Amino acid sequence: MTFFLQMLVSGIVVGSIYALVALGFVLIYKASDALNLANGEFVLIGSYICLTLVTALQLPFLVALLITLGVCAVLGLMVERVVLRPLLNAPTISIIMATIGLGNLLAGLVHMVWGHQTRVYPNLFPDTPVTFGGVLITPVYLWSFIIVMLLLIVFTVFFKYSKMGVAMRAVADDLQAAASMGINVKRVFAITWAIACIVAAVGGVLLGNINGVNATMSVIGLTVLPVVILGGLDSIPGAIVGGFIIGILQSIAGGYLDPLVGGGLKEVFPFFIVILILMFKPYGLFGKGGMERV
Amino acid sequence: MKNPFVMECGNYKTRYDKDMAIFSTKRVKVRMLTLTLLAFLFPLLADSYIIGLATLCAIASIGAIGLNILTGFTGQISIGVGAFLGVGGYTSAILTSTLGWSFWIALPVAGIVTASVGALFGIPSLRLKGLYLAIATLAAQFIILFVISRWTGVTGGTSGMVLQRPSIGSFSLMSASSYYYLCLMILLFTIVYSLNIFRSRTGRAFLAVRDRDVAAQIMGINLFTYKVLSFAISSFFVGVAGALLAHYTMIVSPELYSITVSIQYLAMILVGGLGSILGAVLGAIFITLLPVGLGMFVDQFAVYMPDMQNTLAAFQELAFGAAIILFLIFEPGGLAHIWSNIKNYFKLWPFSY
Repeated sequence: MTFFLQMLVSGIVVGSIYALVALGFVLIYKASDALNLANGEFVLIGSYICLTLVTALQLPFLVALLITLGVCAVLGLMVERVVLRPLLNAPTISIIMATIGLGNLLAGLVHMVWGHQTRVYPNLFPDTPVTFGGVLITPVYLWSFIIVMLLLIVFTVFFKYSKMGVAMRAVADDLQAAASMGINVKRVFAITWAIACIVAAVGGVLLGNINGVNATMSVIGLTVLPVVILGGLDSIPGAIVGGFIIGILQSIAGGYLDPLVGGGLKEVFPFFIVILILMFKPYGLFGKGGMERV
Repeated sequence: MKNPFVMECGNYKTRYDKDMAIFSTKRVKVRMLTLTLLAFLFPLLADSYIIGLATLCAIASIGAIGLNILTGFTGQISIGVGAFLGVGGYTSAILTSTLGWSFWIALPVAGIVTASVGALFGIPSLRLKGLYLAIATLAAQFIILFVISRWTGVTGGTSGMVLQRPSIGSFSLMSASSYYYLCLMILLFTIVYSLNIFRSRTGRAFLAVRDRDVAAQIMGINLFTYKVLSFAISSFFVGVAGALLAHYTMIVSPELYSITVSIQYLAMILVGGLGSILGAVLGAIFITLLPVGLGMFVDQFAVYMPDMQNTLAAFQELAFGAAIILFLIFEPGGLAHIWSNIKNYFKLWPFSY
């Protein structure tokens, strides 16, 4: 039972980070119908920038985090302006390939600058684990869960009440209608990419604190695909719920089934779920299926 | 005889069979045959390293044409080519090394097995489109590779398997040029087959599905049949390419078929030109030679920048990504479009206005 709870807790924590990264993913899909396969590299870059600021420049963590978010926002704006804007109205495959190419470009850049070794963050949180009813929780886990929850609440409020948030939802809903109501669509796209980049960077910093940073971290960009498929590509609550479900299922599958097949199932398991969802409920739990006209 | 390398300034077709012909004029026919002849003669002049590169280009072209049938002509995005190459390679490895079959039987069987696996993963394409299908094929990529690396009893797990070069009687195709000729023959077959399929009902149905599948269905095209058929035909060629590659490198192991390979093949058809056989071949050559060219470039400048060699892999990755983005933004039609632009320019040259 304790083992199960332990798996559950680590699943929830990893799931909360999935939810965060998936949020950035869904944002971009909603606004511009693009599948951002470079998301994993955004996570990686955010994590490395913050790490460099903390270790090499000895900045306090919070300052470093703020600078990282600023840099990532600029990166997001640049990506939108240089790569995505010329491809507005391009076919799906072009946009997918553009983000894949972007991912390769960023990954190459990261490898050139930071190399391949795993690097670790200095201890920001105390080491001694906290116990909740027999389950050990390291403070890093607890803190990242709290931070993610806070961010998710902030974003929910932002989308529901702020003027920009409403504009973004309008653009996602119907681009032409939004444009004709006087919303600056280009600006909304730019801000969407900036926010997605920021969210990915936060995910990267938290993951880096848990596992250390190395190039394989960008895999999370692919792991959140099952999350958004489960939740529905165009649903923000779906991304959050899907993140937790996939995180928990993955953790439990890793704990119980991995010893049976000799490891490696943990990474693949979400993709088995994807096939199941796509067969029975292609638009996910909360997604809107579209009607098609000729 | 007229000079075959002088461009005709117009090609007016008066009959339907002329419009459907593979070679639109006699000059095109002569030009194509000359090109084929050159491809056959060039190993006599080149050294084995260059012939090896040409072999890799030929194999990649077969796979890229296969993928282009699916993605470029039928409009079904597949990010699982890497794993399908793996299925072809492993089938051939198991048949020849474990069961002792002849390569000449194992090669088509590898294609057929891959075609069946491809058709299986193509079934969801009836309900899924665009992004959703892309993700389904991505899932196929991960699941197939997982099965390959865990089914240790049959596939040898992560350590992989060793293969032999094929042989005709007692003559083994060990030399670079003999294997090149084999790949070139199969490439020619692939090109002729795929050019012909788009002159038939099946090919036209594929194009209709790509352009608007709902409209195609209303016009009486059975979507399920043609989508699955497209997956099967495409995977057949990918499987054959996988088997050829496996017998060329003489080793198969799971990491040779990762998602990176899938992305490379997608990049080939994109850089070459979606929906163009010529484009698939050009793109395959471009993407295969890009890292080689960059490596040579870095070697040249190693004197000035010694650090460059350590980061060569990263630099290649960066250039690969940049190439994809630049092509998408500045030349979405790909190399095939550039080529036809050049041809059009010379049609009326030197009075091209």
